[in-house]
Amino acid sequence: MNLDATKLSELDAFMAETAHKTNSHSYVIAVLHKAQQLFGYLPREAMDYIAHAMNIPTAHIWGVATFYHFFNLKPVGKHPVSVCMGTACYVKGAKLVLDAIKEELRITIGETTEDGIFTLQETRCIGACGLAPVMMVGDKIYGDITPKKAVKVLAQIRKETV
Amino acid sequence: MDTTTVNIIIDGKPYAARHGQTIMQAADEHGFHIPRLCYHPRLSIEGACRVCIVEVEGAKNYVASCAFPVSEGMKIHTNTQEIRRARRDIVELILDNHPDDCHTCERDSNCELQRLAASMGIRNRHFKGEKKHYEKDLSSASVIRDPNKCILCQRCLRICSEVQGVNALSHAFRGFQTVVMPAYNLPFAESVCSTCGQCINVCPTAAFVEKNCTQELFEKLNDPSIIKVVQVAPSVRAAIGEAFALEPGRNMEGQTAAALRRLGFDYVFDTQFSADLTIMEEASEFLERFQNKDRLPLITSCSSAWMKMMEQFHPDFIPNISSCKSPMVMMGTLVKTYFAEKMKIDPAKILSVGCMCCTAKKYEAERPELRVNNMAAVDMVITTRELAWMVKSAGIDFINIHPESFDLPLGLSSGGGAIFGVTGGVMESAIRTAYEMYTGETLVDIEIGALRGFSGIREGKITMDKDEIRVAVAHGLGNASELLDIVRKNPQRYHFIEIMGCPGGCIGGGGQPYAGVNSMPLDENILKKRAEALYSIDRAKTIRRSLDNPDVQRMYKEYLGSPLSQRAHDLLHTHYAPKLPQGILPIESTVK
Repeated sequence: MNLDATKLSELDAFMAETAHKTNSHSYVIAVLHKAQQLFGYLPREAMDYIAHAMNIPTAHIWGVATFYHFFNLKPVGKHPVSVCMGTACYVKGAKLVLDAIKEELRITIGETTEDGIFTLQETRCIGACGLAPVMMVGDKIYGDITPKKAVKVLAQIRKETV
Repeated sequence: MDTTTVNIIIDGKPYAARHGQTIMQAADEHGFHIPRLCYHPRLSIEGACRVCIVEVEGAKNYVASCAFPVSEGMKIHTNTQEIRRARRDIVELILDNHPDDCHTCERDSNCELQRLAASMGIRNRHFKGEKKHYEKDLSSASVIRDPNKCILCQRCLRICSEVQGVNALSHAFRGFQTVVMPAYNLPFAESVCSTCGQCINVCPTAAFVEKNCTQELFEKLNDPSIIKVVQVAPSVRAAIGEAFALEPGRNMEGQTAAALRRLGFDYVFDTQFSADLTIMEEASEFLERFQNKDRLPLITSCSSAWMKMMEQFHPDFIPNISSCKSPMVMMGTLVKTYFAEKMKIDPAKILSVGCMCCTAKKYEAERPELRVNNMAAVDMVITTRELAWMVKSAGIDFINIHPESFDLPLGLSSGGGAIFGVTGGVMESAIRTAYEMYTGETLVDIEIGALRGFSGIREGKITMDKDEIRVAVAHGLGNASELLDIVRKNPQRYHFIEIMGCPGGCIGGGGQPYAGVNSMPLDENILKKRAEALYSIDRAKTIRRSLDNPDVQRMYKEYLGSPLSQRAHDLLHTHYAPKLPQGILPIESTVK
């Protein structure tokens, strides 16, 4: 896979900002964040690129990228779907919502739909317990969600995306 | 070093410690060997296993003695009933995630975890833990990685980064899912791993072991249609005794030759012979470059782990690398050409085996560019450990066996060939021979003190006629990288450089016997004793310069012509090329 040249030069610019700072190696997490923001996930080529640019052995980059759950090692869909499995959401039926979504999208947690639109995740409490059960699509929160409502929301988003 | 004395109390009795020492270091000096697991004296403090906990009065919790510094008036308890219980529970919890297969494990009776469990008195199991289920990584020609046996002490990745500077390994993922692996969980064979095998040396369990080929070899040894030829590296004889519980430093040359014959080898040759040959070629190559003002420094190429690392990390030095094949491959090549012709044997019927202190030699043996007439020069490589096991398995009384000599015409060696196994030895041998080749006079002081010892990088000077030759030696891949950085900054500084991939040179190779009950892997005192074994072989020889070896002289006369002749070039020299993935050397190096 070849990385997009425009995105790479943006990554270069970001790394250049950190390069002259003391302990520049410690900016590796920030740089990985930037890469994920640019590419949607951390492709191996991006990690290789960062490793050579920052002079950090690839094995160490891999160690960091796998340690933090925030980093995606596989491509993610355009719209990440997270169902909150925190206590409040759970007792209000989040599990049923999750099951309905799994069935509708024919994927399980951590997977991406074939058309690349949705990636399903479960999350711990997002601090919106008053709205429980809660589903997030991208940055948008959907409260008081039911299995039926969830499926409808996703269908609508898919329609708008395609 | 800070020498301020600190008064401490260990188990009720007063002792003196030095400011800055850890509790473990101070206790060690006074005869308290606090149990430990992840600690290794050559590596940074990890504090991962918590086995070395002690009670310090006034401290809220038990402290890890490997990491906790002593202070004035500190009262330490190392062996209370409560500490003993806590420590036992810690080890038991490690065992609970560990496969229960000691009796079929390769490290059975050589395992630090097993010894620790025994010393904790774990006779009942109270917990039932989850086991790990990962695939073994069998991709490397040299090293097998088995994450199921890993206890996450991280010695392997510390030696790989801190001592070797290769950084092939890291811990990936987190919590119970943590696995020590190469980047992207790629097969080891596709990583920057140099195949040096030091991870095997320091692993307390069997999470890293060599690619064992003893069963396959036993099968071949029982096949009467094959002519079995073996060669023995210098460092094997200096260390194999340890696998039979002998004191380190015993020279077991004659016993090794005798045992190999009893295992079924038809011809037992000495890699020291081809080490002499390497010196003839390498010294000639050096003098040719020196006189023609070609690219210098010339850098030695005997160490297979170093060669792999060079191709991946330092390809800019390829023009400096000696084109000489390693002594093992020179021998293998001659076995399938010179020896086969002389004995009128079909070389296709020969099984050429290398018995080496090294795991990287297994990788080297598979290099396609080293094939000779479409055959592998060395068909199979076994480590010192594998040989020791074969000898035991075949029921050979190794300790009491009557010593025998190597076979001719590839078994006679000079002292210069013997010291190849110690860091600095190749350079010392090369100087002995090059001096005489260049000046026509014999070098009187042939033991070159400046090149001996174990400091990471050493320098020496020798005057040949009116020319000053500046040489340097590095051992351990981390030191090698450091030395090359010096050369990059100052290319004129040296004329000739020796690099050995392992700490101490081949005597500290990744295929040497596991540490015994009372020692640590890569213990410097043991390395010194192994070195002394090789130095005493050298001292005991009448012939100490490679160019005086009469069988080497005969080989040139009968077969090769002269050093660097066309035939010598075809058979004894090779070439190197950059390899991927390209290695990364951190600028702010953690290498000591």
